[in-house]
Amino acid sequence: MGADDSAVQRTGRSGFRPRVQDVLLTAAAVFAFTTLLLIASDAPPLQAYHQLFLGSLGSWAKFAQVVKVWIPLTLCACGLLFTFRIGLWNIGVEGQVMLGAVFSTWALRAGSDSPASGAVLIALSLSASALGGALWAAVAGFLKTKGGVNEIFAGLGLNFVAQGIVLWLIFGPWKQPGVASMSGTETFPTELWLSAPALLRIPPAALAIAAAALAASGLILHFTWIGLYLKAVGRNPAAAFLYGLKPARLMVLAMLFAGGFAGLAGNLQVTAVYHRLIPAISSNYGYLALLVVMLANYNIWLTAPVALFFACLNVGSIQLPMMLQLDSSLGGVIQGALVLATLGMHGWRQIKTAKTASRPSAPPF
Amino acid sequence: MQVELVDIRKHYGAVKANDGVSLTVAPGELHGILGENGAGKSTLMKILAGFTARTSGSVRVDGKPVDYRTTAEAVGHGVGMLYQDPLDFPQLAVLDNFILGQAGKIALERKAFKARFRELAESFHFRLDPETPVNRLTLGERQQVELLRLLALGTRLLILDEPTTGISAGQKEVLYAALRRLAVEGKSVLLVSHKLEDVEALCDRVTVLRLGRVTGAMERPFDTERLLEMMFGTPPPAPSRTAQPAGSAVLVMDRVSSPGGRSGLVDCSVAIRQGEVVGLAGLEGSGQEVFLRVAGGLKPPLSGSVKLSGRSMSGCDYHLFNKMGVYFVPAARLEEGLIPELTITEHMALQEERRSFRVPYPAAAENAARRIEAFRIKGRPQTPVEALSGGNQQRLLLSFLPPDPRLLLLENPTRGLDMESVNWVWRHLQSCARKGAGIVFSSPELDEILMVADRVLVFFNGRLIMDAAAAETDAARLASAIAGKA
Repeated sequence: MGADDSAVQRTGRSGFRPRVQDVLLTAAAVFAFTTLLLIASDAPPLQAYHQLFLGSLGSWAKFAQVVKVWIPLTLCACGLLFTFRIGLWNIGVEGQVMLGAVFSTWALRAGSDSPASGAVLIALSLSASALGGALWAAVAGFLKTKGGVNEIFAGLGLNFVAQGIVLWLIFGPWKQPGVASMSGTETFPTELWLSAPALLRIPPAALAIAAAALAASGLILHFTWIGLYLKAVGRNPAAAFLYGLKPARLMVLAMLFAGGFAGLAGNLQVTAVYHRLIPAISSNYGYLALLVVMLANYNIWLTAPVALFFACLNVGSIQLPMMLQLDSSLGGVIQGALVLATLGMHGWRQIKTAKTASRPSAPPF
Repeated sequence: MQVELVDIRKHYGAVKANDGVSLTVAPGELHGILGENGAGKSTLMKILAGFTARTSGSVRVDGKPVDYRTTAEAVGHGVGMLYQDPLDFPQLAVLDNFILGQAGKIALERKAFKARFRELAESFHFRLDPETPVNRLTLGERQQVELLRLLALGTRLLILDEPTTGISAGQKEVLYAALRRLAVEGKSVLLVSHKLEDVEALCDRVTVLRLGRVTGAMERPFDTERLLEMMFGTPPPAPSRTAQPAGSAVLVMDRVSSPGGRSGLVDCSVAIRQGEVVGLAGLEGSGQEVFLRVAGGLKPPLSGSVKLSGRSMSGCDYHLFNKMGVYFVPAARLEEGLIPELTITEHMALQEERRSFRVPYPAAAENAARRIEAFRIKGRPQTPVEALSGGNQQRLLLSFLPPDPRLLLLENPTRGLDMESVNWVWRHLQSCARKGAGIVFSSPELDEILMVADRVLVFFNGRLIMDAAAAETDAARLASAIAGKA
């Protein structure tokens, strides 16, 4: 116990290794909380959990749905690993997804009259989306480093602006012929779809992009200068400056990575899922990815399974209203409760270790 | 009331802030606690006020042992403390601050409190409007509000921590008059200060602390020389300076002013030469910190110029100073010098040359192992720096310095180190000086400055008030310069 505690205390956030007992305790607490909630809303808990399971892993078709959620979630999470590494709360990831979607829609629309093949156009739209997301993130990055605006407020504000841009485009310049509609822009011809083989139901290209993003993030963060520099600035910007690093530039760089990955997520929402721009194009995956990364304890290898679990909850809860007259937000409740419980457990551990280390922390009066 | 502190100890890890302090305050006594920064005065007072928990020892009030754990309980025993930065609520009115913490019924009897406040304030000749928000008051007036509040709470032993810092001469007179009246009424006062004149002007009896221990006590009339000796220790036996002739000027400051810290740096002109070891003395926050940061390009001067080897450095940041061979080593090792959670190898890697995308971790680990060996650091390449002891962290920081720096700026380089480490650090730094580096360091230890420095600069209130060859001065002269009597 003693040696273990000091290890937790010494390594702090990133080195915090969840212990089996903590994980079990957290899971039990969340399970109990959710069950109470279900009982309070007159729903049979066991049946609800069963439906959650059936709805996500009950068939290949459902699982394919789950993977289609997992892909953008993982992309956003990869980007967030960069910003968390340098100590930034990139809550603007949501808007970065939207701008990625806007840029890819723009690229596809602009190219649809050209003789270029569908594959080329999709490749172009992927680049455009990464650029769009990165630009949007850079705005928050510069507001933070040059304007002294906290990145949380900058990101939140930019999210609203991004949503405004999406709605304006759908109801204005890019409206469907005839009448503008909440259902989004006109659907792209199928050659501009990132399509899936009938049996697989998952676009292989999208899956490959997510896998590549995971691998690239892992390599960059663990083996390159960028990873080392981001970590150094994240842990101690003042000291990092003394070692010759430029914290402000590195913060913008981390934002560019986050925005780029989020932009790709936005692209896949357009090319692989909806085949058009819709108002809710980001599907809150940005916000959800923040929870994923926190629950994965900022660890890239845990990110993929945690994202998968969240995707299961998301997809599985869709049919709750139909089957049990339960609101589908139950999935969100479980996700939120999990993150809060995990963070609470972590905080409690820290307070406990701080106390045993006998640090005086008595407040005045 | 009589208050006794018996064998009080307070340990923060290996640091002994209080190491067996005993002290008695008689009723109606004006008692001074004197000592330089870091002597343990504030810690001792915070323990007495219930703000900080002691490691061991006991507190007795009127002969009976008492045990309280919070400031509120201490006030219940009649012990109240006026902190260096008043703990008030700046947005609230004076009267609200006065009422806060006083036992009352459910309904606030503002009128009754107002009358009581007026009466108390007038009796001390404090001119305070009860409805003014506290954030419009001067520091001295905020002290007065806090003082009245503590008295209304029934305080019989009043502790004041450096109360004259930041208040006007007039306010000091009013404060002292009030304190004398309290003593006449039989209340006890403990005045904490590092300023001799403050204590001399008010107190009947003085206890001196140094390095967490009581080094002596004295009653009026005071012998200043003796007090200084108790505060700063006896001069060291044999100084060992590099005693080599200084070369050409490395750093030249001309009329440099810059804000920061308690007093900033005011109108400083000085030249540092090659091979010279220069010690900066002064109370904490008197300008030494700002001086080192301006000299290293970490802080731009507000006015005046900084030249390195004849080249004007205006508009340059630390990275450019660094390229010119200037290195800054901060006092707060883990806060500013090292990066927590990064290993020794990772720290080495940060300083490796960038040849490809990949960080050459194997080479960095080898380099780390070599430095660990050469600098006798107790740790391994994969040890996170926060797991190293203070002495080893300092060795590690020094191991990062290049073999031939031009100018080293060190903030309290031996803070918290044991004698052996101190000697080791200085042997290393002096070898740099022999190779022609200019070395500027700050230290609260006059002994250390006199032992190793060739030249001493003393700062007071942001000004450079003394610039002397170390061989031509002594601890007493330095001590009085530090206290502003140059």
